[in-house]
Amino acid sequence: MTSASGAAAPGGPAAHGYLDAASSEPLHPAARRTLLAALDQGYADPRRLHRSARSARLLLDNAREVVADCLDVRPDEVTFTASGTDAVHRGLLGLRAGRARHGDAVVHSAVEHSAVLHAAAWVPGDHVAVEVDRSGRVSPDAVARAAAAPGVAVTAVQAANHEVGTVQPVAEVSAALAAGGVPLFVDACAAGGRLPLPAGWDAAALSAHKWGGPAGVGVLLIRKGARWRNPFPGDDRVDERATGFENVPAALAAAAALQAVVAERDEVGRRQAALVDRIREGAARVPDTEVVGDPVDRLPHLVTFSCLYVDGEALVDGLDRRGFGVASGSACTASTLEPSHVLAAMGALTHGNVRVSLARDTTEAEVDGFLAALPEVVAGIRAEVGL
Amino acid sequence: MSAGPEVALELDCRGMLCPLPVIHLGRRIGEVAVGELLAVVATDVAARTDVPAWCRMRGQEYAGEDTAPDGSPRYLVRRTA
Repeated sequence: MTSASGAAAPGGPAAHGYLDAASSEPLHPAARRTLLAALDQGYADPRRLHRSARSARLLLDNAREVVADCLDVRPDEVTFTASGTDAVHRGLLGLRAGRARHGDAVVHSAVEHSAVLHAAAWVPGDHVAVEVDRSGRVSPDAVARAAAAPGVAVTAVQAANHEVGTVQPVAEVSAALAAGGVPLFVDACAAGGRLPLPAGWDAAALSAHKWGGPAGVGVLLIRKGARWRNPFPGDDRVDERATGFENVPAALAAAAALQAVVAERDEVGRRQAALVDRIREGAARVPDTEVVGDPVDRLPHLVTFSCLYVDGEALVDGLDRRGFGVASGSACTASTLEPSHVLAAMGALTHGNVRVSLARDTTEAEVDGFLAALPEVVAGIRAEVGL
Repeated sequence: MSAGPEVALELDCRGMLCPLPVIHLGRRIGEVAVGELLAVVATDVAARTDVPAWCRMRGQEYAGEDTAPDGSPRYLVRRTA
């Protein structure tokens, strides 16, 4: 039966074996409750002056204040956007537009999310990738050196890498950039809610469905006093930095999820970090397998490894047949047929790649089941090619 | 054309997608003697990352990249063990 009413139990756990929370975290129970209530309260146009509009406006302002409080920023620094990608585009290109007198070039780490790379490629001017080390970390001095070139408008360094989990030295990058005056955009989509927002950004972007809010809500942060100019057509909405009719119920649900996630962050993060340690050890025991990314200074819920001689698509399919849903950065699993630029920049093996990311309620038993299935699936694929 | 490095065995992996070039490399490295060079000619872009990564993981020496006469990238591996 097909029904738009949905199949999952309210606030129930994610599907057993779902190990792809870095692509999208299942809706947090707090977000579900808030979303259902807000759908009935927040339908009106928050720009109008009547009672229903005031109700919607109140919910939107409330969402903004909650998000600001969770991220330790000012409410007037918070803009809700249509997605994390939209927030990345507006944040990066808006800082660039604000520096039009100085230049048009974009400097970014080699391991930024494709949203950053696409935005940089979309505008005229050079875009310069700064190399990373074997763990995927960028050097603050190298970023500052690249940013010191004539004509650089903006730099972009992520809070933590979305594929391998390595945390970037954002505060140090910011300090190294300070003398040159080139602004810093921070893509915090992968880290949002899971780690405190790093200091030192002029603009930053987050994505609600990565922390258990609904999809279709991004958060754009513009530091008070930063030179930011809208790089896209304007609109006449509540917030001049965004366009389109505000999704008030989803913004409020995103805020509720963020509040809940931040409150339980220490406990959940500790548990996930221990489970990821277990996966790192278990994966490393599979012959000819390389676990990549910083083992310690990393996102708590995410780990990536690559298995020699193994086709990435076959690995994802084999694990799926055993009940485990994972992502892969291998070329054969990508729409582009290009290997992951993140793995390539790190010098890591790009084939046979798997990214495992834990949901909030992923259990020890699921992790143990995955670690039992993994060596068998890998051995089966290798046997087929005679290795 | 200047004399290139002395290659004991060249594998034609043109047109093969990852991980096939590395699978061929893994199967056939034993056919060259320790100290000799094996070359992998591969058009798949992943080979540029994956051949050096294979060398690191298997304890062999990556000896760099040059170009086959038809312009295809050629990756050199020196067998060290």
